[in-house]
Amino acid sequence: MTGNNYKKRPLELYLHIPFCVRKCHYCDFLSGPADASLQEQYMKALLAELSGRSGECREYQVQTVFVGGGTPSVVDAVWMDRIVEEIKRSYDLAEDAEITIEINPGTVDRDKLEIYKRAGINRLSIGLQSAVDEELRRLGRIHTPEQFLRTYQEAAGAGFTNINVDVMSALPGQTPESYRRTLDMLMGLCPRPAHISAYSLIIEEGTPFHDLWEQGKLELPDEDNDRLMYALTGEVLGANGYHRYEISNYALDGYECRHNCGYWQRKEYLGFGIGAASLMKEWRFRNGQDIRKYVDSPLFQREELKQLSLEERMEEFLFLGLRMTKGVSCEAFLKAFGQRITDVYGEVIQRNMRDGLLAFKEGSYHLTDRGMDVSNYVMAQFLLG
Amino acid sequence: MAAYDQSKIRNFCIVAHIDHGKSTLADRIIEKTGLLTSREMQAQVLDNMELERERGITIKAQSVRTVYKARNGEEYIFNLIDTPGHVDFNYEVSRSLAACDGAILVVDAAQGIEAQTLANVYLALDHNLDVFPVINKIDLPSAEPDRVKEEIEDVIGLEAHDAPLISAKNGIGIEEVLEQIVEKIPAPKGNPENPLQALIFDSIYDSYKGVIIFCRIMEGTVKKGTMIRMMATGAKQEVVEVGYFGAGQFIPCEELSAGMVGYITASIKNVKDTAVGDTVTDDRRPCAAPLPGYKKVQSMVYCGMYPADGAKYPDLRDALEKLQLNDASLNYEPETSIALGFGFRCGFLGLLHLEIIQERLEREYNLDLVTTAPGVIYKIYKTNGEVIELTNPSNMPDPSEIEYMEEPIVSAEIMVTSEFIGSIMELCQERRGKYLGMEYIEGSRALLKYELPLNEIIYDFFDALKSRSRGYASFDYDLKGYEQSTLVKLDILINREEVDALSFIVHADSAYERGRKMCEKLKDEIPRHLFEIPIQAAVGGKIIARETVKAMRKDVLAKCYGGDITRKKKLLEKQKEGKKRMRQIGNVEIPQKAFMSVLKLDDRK
Repeated sequence: MTGNNYKKRPLELYLHIPFCVRKCHYCDFLSGPADASLQEQYMKALLAELSGRSGECREYQVQTVFVGGGTPSVVDAVWMDRIVEEIKRSYDLAEDAEITIEINPGTVDRDKLEIYKRAGINRLSIGLQSAVDEELRRLGRIHTPEQFLRTYQEAAGAGFTNINVDVMSALPGQTPESYRRTLDMLMGLCPRPAHISAYSLIIEEGTPFHDLWEQGKLELPDEDNDRLMYALTGEVLGANGYHRYEISNYALDGYECRHNCGYWQRKEYLGFGIGAASLMKEWRFRNGQDIRKYVDSPLFQREELKQLSLEERMEEFLFLGLRMTKGVSCEAFLKAFGQRITDVYGEVIQRNMRDGLLAFKEGSYHLTDRGMDVSNYVMAQFLLG
Repeated sequence: MAAYDQSKIRNFCIVAHIDHGKSTLADRIIEKTGLLTSREMQAQVLDNMELERERGITIKAQSVRTVYKARNGEEYIFNLIDTPGHVDFNYEVSRSLAACDGAILVVDAAQGIEAQTLANVYLALDHNLDVFPVINKIDLPSAEPDRVKEEIEDVIGLEAHDAPLISAKNGIGIEEVLEQIVEKIPAPKGNPENPLQALIFDSIYDSYKGVIIFCRIMEGTVKKGTMIRMMATGAKQEVVEVGYFGAGQFIPCEELSAGMVGYITASIKNVKDTAVGDTVTDDRRPCAAPLPGYKKVQSMVYCGMYPADGAKYPDLRDALEKLQLNDASLNYEPETSIALGFGFRCGFLGLLHLEIIQERLEREYNLDLVTTAPGVIYKIYKTNGEVIELTNPSNMPDPSEIEYMEEPIVSAEIMVTSEFIGSIMELCQERRGKYLGMEYIEGSRALLKYELPLNEIIYDFFDALKSRSRGYASFDYDLKGYEQSTLVKLDILINREEVDALSFIVHADSAYERGRKMCEKLKDEIPRHLFEIPIQAAVGGKIIARETVKAMRKDVLAKCYGGDITRKKKLLEKQKEGKKRMRQIGNVEIPQKAFMSVLKLDDRK
């Protein structure tokens, strides 16, 4: 389905794989262990949804595909091959499309990675979280730092050059010293990972960590150490040639994750699989979370459909766009909404510039370093309601 | 209605300590005398305000009339007057008692006599009521009826050998109570031909009938057309209707004569005209003198009440106006606070009364309120000879203009089991109590007598008392009068700005301790800002305590929720919503609840 001459609208696809070997203690994503038969039914449903929705997307060209979870690498690699095949068959997939899959150490081997590569997947996102064994065990991760190293080398060996590694700070029992060991290990990798996502642990309701935390049994780093680790991320990664392009994301030049940037820039995307969210033609909606229902009729699970008002679109433009270090462009705002950003947000912008949280550069407003630290505080002010 | 025969009327009330089963017994009496079938009975007919049911206490006096056919074959009219059950309403209690000829004393078979039991029974004896005891909850495994009987005889001096042993809850022994009402409570006296003399023991406002006066006719007769006059307030009106109290309804009748209990309506617009304790007489043929004991009800506790949303000020005013129609003891006047905007300074009988009004405003009128720390009325003697009564700390004159100050003192009685005497004495000591004495009641319990400043007991004394005695201590008090005291105004500064709504008056010796606790509490309540916020307590411009709210360092959602933008937005909305519930003082945002949480400072819980 390639070869149209007129310019198509860009589209991103997100595919949710809700399976993992075992749920980590901090995880509140929609995922869990499942037997091979349910996995098979689900993957078939996902293929059916992909094929069934292609009609909605005739005027689009797919720029990025992101297979996330859960741990997508727990399912048989053959399914990934079929999925990319299905996308190529039913959609206009750009030749240079970014196709990412999330994997976890301990769930892949060289064969699996080679199947991914042959299928056309060109970006890997590996969940390391920590290079300290003790910290991994406390998180309930299934792998060791050594397993990560093996997986990483196998991935490189299979020909992947665009690899992201996830790390986390503010973990129970973590110290600035142990966090530095994690960062140092990453920086010592050869080849170097092209991209690093550095998150802080968030204690989410409904997770075992939340229960422990409420009982006062979760020993988290104190504020000073938390801040030290946070500063360390920028310091170590900066010194090694990575630039921060979003609150939690760092990349070597040219390796920013196009798919995630699409979210911050309000590009259109379509989510497949349970719980997956979409933004199409200024409607937001998502699939329901019930896996049985989804397996029975994958095309009829959309819920929470909401058409965004002009105000809501402006709000999103700001609180998403400000996540990126380059910020929000005045021109893009004017083009999208027909109003000047200062006419809508003049007062808020002024206040936050005065407080040193916002700055103006090259036609864009962006968060300062201090503004990044307290970004929720800033973004909440951009809500119009 | 049976023909009017004074000897067949019994006017009585039930006195008890809270939770000893007063209202349940009242229900059983109503049920057994056939006024309502048990199917029609809502639990506790007399406590008909939703709040009263929830809290298990009676707030307004209620009354009900039933007919009982006694074993001697005669029919008797019972007027049961249910009295408010809390020390805040002591005056109302005393007027209800004055409307009765006798009282039933209910004592819990397991717990025995408590501070309120004593206070209430003495109050009843003071009014020359004939009191007979009943022992309730005899079906409890821990019941000790014989011990409790002995206690009643020893401590109160009431004959208790034939006290009915009952379980009001399970309907055991109720017949015996009814018979003793006939035998032991005297019939009323008074001559229906004399000039009208009736005691007001309560009144309520009804939007159709105007004020409905609850009264006991002492002398004379009142009927439709009588021109009545309230002797204290001077209000005059022609009677529209008289009647008696059915269960939850008013039943009109021809006339009310000496000895009867009932109601009068006369198109009166305001309950302030029909003050509790006032005497109703016939304007054309007045009685020689009013009944004794009338007191103008005075507010003891004041606080500021502000709408959380400033735009709701008119709604709050309307709501207070409506509540006052029914509650003459509620006072309010408009005031403004720099911190809280427009609101009202409200006066109450006590802290419970305050809480009830606050809850009713919130529930029945759907208002979100910010309440300032409750305080008492201080008397300030100024150097220029002027005396002012201070209800709002912000209005305290400059110390240089003050000769001296006085604060209200109460006489308190605390009943406690002996193991907790030490910790309760310690509490009273901390609250500047003056020890007057102690009496042992049987081996294991003591009655402690103290004089305490009212301002030390109004916020959290009751809670502290309960927590330091594992719930065993009980407490009762009476206003004794005013005494000179060294008082200072404690100011709270947030980010170096004085917050008027947080100022309060405190004894000089407690200022440091209270200031320190206030700062600590506020530190927990005020969220972090971009900058550091000092919280200071000051007396007369001198800083006596300080805490600091550190600057916000991190407020970021690092995690990637994929494309789930809705979830991100909800988080931000919650944050923004939280800000709306804050009060801006200078450039600091203070949550509404900070103004109230500082009331409870006892940290020994």
